[in-house]
Amino acid sequence: MEAAAIPTTAAIPAWRANLATIGALMARSKNELVRVPGAAIPGVLAPTIFFLGLNGVFGALTQLQGFETGTYESFIVPVSMLQGAGFTGAAAGVNLARDIEAGWLDRLLVSPAPRWVLLAGTVLAASARALIPASFVLAIALALGAGFPGVDGLVVCYLMVASMAAVAACWGSFLALRFKSQSAAPLMQAGMMALILTTTAYAPLALLQGWLQDIARVNPVTEVVEAARQGFVGEVTWAETWPGILALAALLAVLGALALREMRRTAV
Amino acid sequence: MSSFATNAHIVRALGMRSIRQTFRRPQLIAPIIIFPTLLLAIQTGGAGGAVNLPGFPPVQSFLQFMLAGAMMQSMMLAGNSGGIALAVDIEMGFTDRLFSAPIPRFAIVLGRLAGTAALGLFGAIWFFAIGLIFGAEIEGGVPGALLATALVNASALAVGAIGAAIALRTGSASVVQGLFPLVLVVLFLSSAFFPQELMIEPAKTIAAYNPLSFIAEGVREPMISGIDATHTLEAVAAILAIVLLGLTMSARALRHRLRVG
Repeated sequence: MEAAAIPTTAAIPAWRANLATIGALMARSKNELVRVPGAAIPGVLAPTIFFLGLNGVFGALTQLQGFETGTYESFIVPVSMLQGAGFTGAAAGVNLARDIEAGWLDRLLVSPAPRWVLLAGTVLAASARALIPASFVLAIALALGAGFPGVDGLVVCYLMVASMAAVAACWGSFLALRFKSQSAAPLMQAGMMALILTTTAYAPLALLQGWLQDIARVNPVTEVVEAARQGFVGEVTWAETWPGILALAALLAVLGALALREMRRTAV
Repeated sequence: MSSFATNAHIVRALGMRSIRQTFRRPQLIAPIIIFPTLLLAIQTGGAGGAVNLPGFPPVQSFLQFMLAGAMMQSMMLAGNSGGIALAVDIEMGFTDRLFSAPIPRFAIVLGRLAGTAALGLFGAIWFFAIGLIFGAEIEGGVPGALLATALVNASALAVGAIGAAIALRTGSASVVQGLFPLVLVVLFLSSAFFPQELMIEPAKTIAAYNPLSFIAEGVREPMISGIDATHTLEAVAAILAIVLLGLTMSARALRHRLRVG
């Protein structure tokens, strides 16, 4: 007896399936912004408040000898944009911890999607979301008189912001997968805050106090801050840009590997 | 046992619960201790050169100047954390159980405020310890340190009353949590972190009228130059105004909560 012909569908290539999964996870993150009222507000408010607050409080620091720019708005705005990226990335970690607590991640883990794809979805969604607070803070800063960084300065700054959010998301995801609880949220936020602010965030390197100067010299995010800031305080150069890219690549490699290791260790 | 002693016992028990709850939940203790300590370190290291600005008050170091700001931040966030914890109690139904117990309603709120005040005290001691370890001098000596601690303690109670009122009114932890940025705004718009004369407009003008500026100056003065009656009285007046506002709001919110359930 002849077997009945079974209709077959062409197998979807793995790379396309992976891309579709990443896209679906990013769409889920976007849906949260659209459907949950106020989901984006804390991430936007915090860096804006820091920008306005620091500018109002420490604006007179530009009178000190050694400041590269006449306006503190121009000096501090890239830091606030990076802070927004840090908060957004940490929030991605908190959301992942919530998904773990609610059992949603278990469902993803039993799907055929590779673990790195699940992590990539979270991280890339954070990168995209970080552009919202960055653009909001930038608009406020420009309205208050910060200098326009030029198209090249803007591109470099946004590249730094999106990549910093990815770094923060890797950090947040690592902690979320390690502790499996939203209680780790302060650690996610404090870690990013410390990483971004122990740099030349408040003042140029020469004006920092001894201990902070030492930390800022070895903190890779100092290079990221300087790269993001260059267009706001002067010319954009490759010499100021590549150290930032290198620092971000190294941070992404280390924290991404840690997060992926935890993701692979996570059992259903 | 007299009714006063019974009420004091209830307030103490609820206050202790509130303190234990804070220390057991990292998300509640982090804003009170970790974030202000981190910001104190970074701002002291990053903006320390500010002491060389013309018009900056004479201080031994920027850390000495900033201690009051860190205490203020910790105290404000203690009030906010107290509000969040009360809202969580409402969401989980614990407050309903207290309402149905034979204890006065005001003791429930006072218990929470006692806990918040104790956390304010803890914050003040923490930052004094940090200041002393890193070489800051307290010009007003032990009396000055005690005065500053008492002012921080009372301020925590005052701000906690506002946090409690919002928690009672809304019964939602996320709403109270949403006030976190507002706390930072109010703080940045005061002279907690920088001399008001050196701030940039419009923050400078707002800081001149912000009650928190008076409290910050009252807390700072014993540290940087010694006890000063004018600054102390202004701080006490500002705290009393906030206490009055907070307790009135709390009383109204409590009535509302009892009415709507």
